[in-house]
Amino acid sequence: MNYSTLLIALLIALGAAYFLGRNRARSLAGQGESMHSLPTHYGALTALWTTLPPLLILIMWVMLEPRIVDALLTMQLPEAIRTASEAEVRLALSKVHNIASDPSMMGQSELGSVAAHLVDLEQRAAILKGGVILSLILLGVAVTWRRIQPDLRARGEVERIVRVMLFASSAIAVLTTLGILVSVLFEAVLFFQKVSPIEFLFGTTWSPQVALRADQSGSSGSFGAVPLFAGTLLISAIAMFIAVPVGLMAAIYLSEYATSRVRQLAKPALEVLAGIPTVVYGFFAALTVAPFIRGVGESVGLDVSSESALAAGLVMGIMIIPFVSSLSDDVINAVPQSLRDGSYGLGATRSETVRQVVIPAALPGIVGAVMLAVSRAIGETMIVAMAAGLAANLTANPLDSVTTVTVQIVTLLVGDQEFDSPKTLAAFALGLVLFIVTLVLNFVAIKIVQKYREQYD
Amino acid sequence: MTDSTMTTRQKVEASMRRRRAAETRFRLYGMASVLFGLLCLVVLFGDIFSKGTSAFSQTVLTTTIEIDGDYLDITPDSSESDIMSANYDGLIKRHFKNDVQPKGRSEARSLFSLISSGAGWQIQSQVLEDPSIIGKTVTVDLLVDDDVDQWFKHEYGNDSGSVRLSEKQLEWITGWIESDALKTQFNTTFFVNGDSREPELAGIRGAITGTLLTLLVTFLLSFPIGVAAAIYLEEFAPKNRLTEIVEININNLAAVPSITFGLLGLAIFINIFGVSRSTPLVGGLVLTLMTLPTIIISGRAAIKAVPPSIREAALGLGASKMQTVFHHVLPLAMPGMLTGTIIGMAQALGETAPLLMIGMIAFVVDVPGFINDPSTVLPVQIFLWSDSPERAFTERTSGAIMVLLGFLIIMNTAAVMLRRRLERRW
Repeated sequence: MNYSTLLIALLIALGAAYFLGRNRARSLAGQGESMHSLPTHYGALTALWTTLPPLLILIMWVMLEPRIVDALLTMQLPEAIRTASEAEVRLALSKVHNIASDPSMMGQSELGSVAAHLVDLEQRAAILKGGVILSLILLGVAVTWRRIQPDLRARGEVERIVRVMLFASSAIAVLTTLGILVSVLFEAVLFFQKVSPIEFLFGTTWSPQVALRADQSGSSGSFGAVPLFAGTLLISAIAMFIAVPVGLMAAIYLSEYATSRVRQLAKPALEVLAGIPTVVYGFFAALTVAPFIRGVGESVGLDVSSESALAAGLVMGIMIIPFVSSLSDDVINAVPQSLRDGSYGLGATRSETVRQVVIPAALPGIVGAVMLAVSRAIGETMIVAMAAGLAANLTANPLDSVTTVTVQIVTLLVGDQEFDSPKTLAAFALGLVLFIVTLVLNFVAIKIVQKYREQYD
Repeated sequence: MTDSTMTTRQKVEASMRRRRAAETRFRLYGMASVLFGLLCLVVLFGDIFSKGTSAFSQTVLTTTIEIDGDYLDITPDSSESDIMSANYDGLIKRHFKNDVQPKGRSEARSLFSLISSGAGWQIQSQVLEDPSIIGKTVTVDLLVDDDVDQWFKHEYGNDSGSVRLSEKQLEWITGWIESDALKTQFNTTFFVNGDSREPELAGIRGAITGTLLTLLVTFLLSFPIGVAAAIYLEEFAPKNRLTEIVEININNLAAVPSITFGLLGLAIFINIFGVSRSTPLVGGLVLTLMTLPTIIISGRAAIKAVPPSIREAALGLGASKMQTVFHHVLPLAMPGMLTGTIIGMAQALGETAPLLMIGMIAFVVDVPGFINDPSTVLPVQIFLWSDSPERAFTERTSGAIMVLLGFLIIMNTAAVMLRRRLERRW
């Protein structure tokens, strides 16, 4: 039985169990018994006990089956492969899986017998799985059916189970963070066993090409990530150079000067910029902005790379404008009107009020907004992947081509990969740096924003 | 006139001029910033639309061709597999050889290169649909090669030559134009085909189906989990250190770069749990984790907006806490939750970076049928096409972007309408 059939079976069991439980409670009540809970509670209780245990078992099965099967298959592999490197074992296993899915290849390879064993294993596993699930369903119905008595406190039990389910759902968010941290950390530690963290963090040459054979010379790969950090900072700086003044001034204009009609039209229009997928910005940067900048540069005699940091940074800045403007808009609006009135009363003009009263009062919030925007710029991937280059130049010239952390993660991980080469692992080390930096930025920014908000409420 | 001779009034007036000028400047900066943002929006949309609208038309060559049963070695009664495997490319080549009379092999080759390599399939599918046309002469609209298509749509009439087409080829094409054989029609191929290496055969149906399947998985997982988490955090969670950590965590997660979710998907879902790469299933799982914070945050805001009097009334009538939440609070908070979910789904729809990590970047020609078939999604398709050097692909990339933006506009409008219609003021 495959998983979709089993899931459908579980759904049917869910409905059937609900009606069985409810009707049992009703018929008991019809016999003059005084039930503790409503019939629907007994139905829900039966349904929960019928479907939850098999569902949990099924999820565990999905996770464990491939590993157990592979472990069993490894024992069947010929001695020569089994004692060879781990990579070869994995290669042989994937071959076996290919052969098993195409019976015509069965006789052609020495691994044919192992593949036959796999087919046999899979069939047995499917029968076992179906049997276990079905018997759990029946067991659940039977036990709960017997438990339904007038004094069974069904409502309390159902509510306790539901509460646990609600808690589990909110725990997923925490598990996600842990998952990111563990997965990235684990691979990064493997990477740092091969390349020293000092070299990674402070080295200035980045060329992750690793020799295919150990005896090849000259290309052991070097993993000095400084050019990537510098490139990321350069592009983010250009982006912030555009986004912060424009976003901030736009927010000030919209909240302090614009009529409510202009505000109603311009604010959503600006926010459209935030809703456009980044891949569209990337396309715009690579095919329109970059050639334009190159053309302008050439006409004044500058040598502009076709994948200049300026193009990527400029477009990223445009993307971040609404982010800065709507966050600063919030904090500017949170400044109480009495502060402004006091300033006007002393004879200040509007712009003086904004510059000398509103902005200083809103400053922590604005700093928080800018920090969130920086973290956004550092983590942005598609614009730089499409418009910035791959060449790891260590330069501060915005007309040159630079590469960023995110671009390198994408390049290293897209396509075929073996999972233990330093090249792939390097991507996770970069991911770790990215995750930590953005996490710290976000954490501090959110704290600042929250702390500030409390002041005037 | 020196400072000492100025009256106070004069000093104030002089400084007022300066201050008023500063006021006007400041105001202009603000206006310029807003206008700059709006200008960017207009330029961006204008650029995409001017590049992309031509993707929705395609040049075809109308020609009458004899479906020669003897040459193809099939009859109307032949089996389907025989009809499938007949040599339609050869038939088309023979037809144009007789029609145009090219001199020598190289000229013939440059003639054949004007017709799309998919023309054979066009004839094949017509014959499969109606085998009785075998032996008859039919009029067909054959797809032309992308070079011809681009030239006809953009350069024809400019009197300029073509970089991609030779003199001789242009001569043939002009001949076709003069006999009214060459025309543009609505590009249905773009909507019914999967990806292809040939621009004139490439379409977005595979990517759209992949996107829909991925979003389906995302919705089915993220909506119930997000709503459940929001309910727990807002209604049940004890106010303690643990809840605070969960809260900070969710806020942080909403701001983590999307690419790290791709790393998580690759390391956990693919390498540990063995979910197969490139499928809508694994794509949906990753996007679920990514959209959950958005849904939870908006869900909590919606629950918070339900006034406590509703809860108190329900509790006062003897409902349990759970009944109060599920029978009274949740229905009232639902519109807000749905709005947040739609916005989260719109984010997921436009997301590209994490999907590159989990192999949804593969070149997939077939339209995926289910959540475990290899597939790609619309934004990744855009990324893939934007890398292709052919001009026809640039045009199709812009076309695909227009479709993507269309979906996004529909979803966001739906969210706004939902909010307007169902929003309740207490």
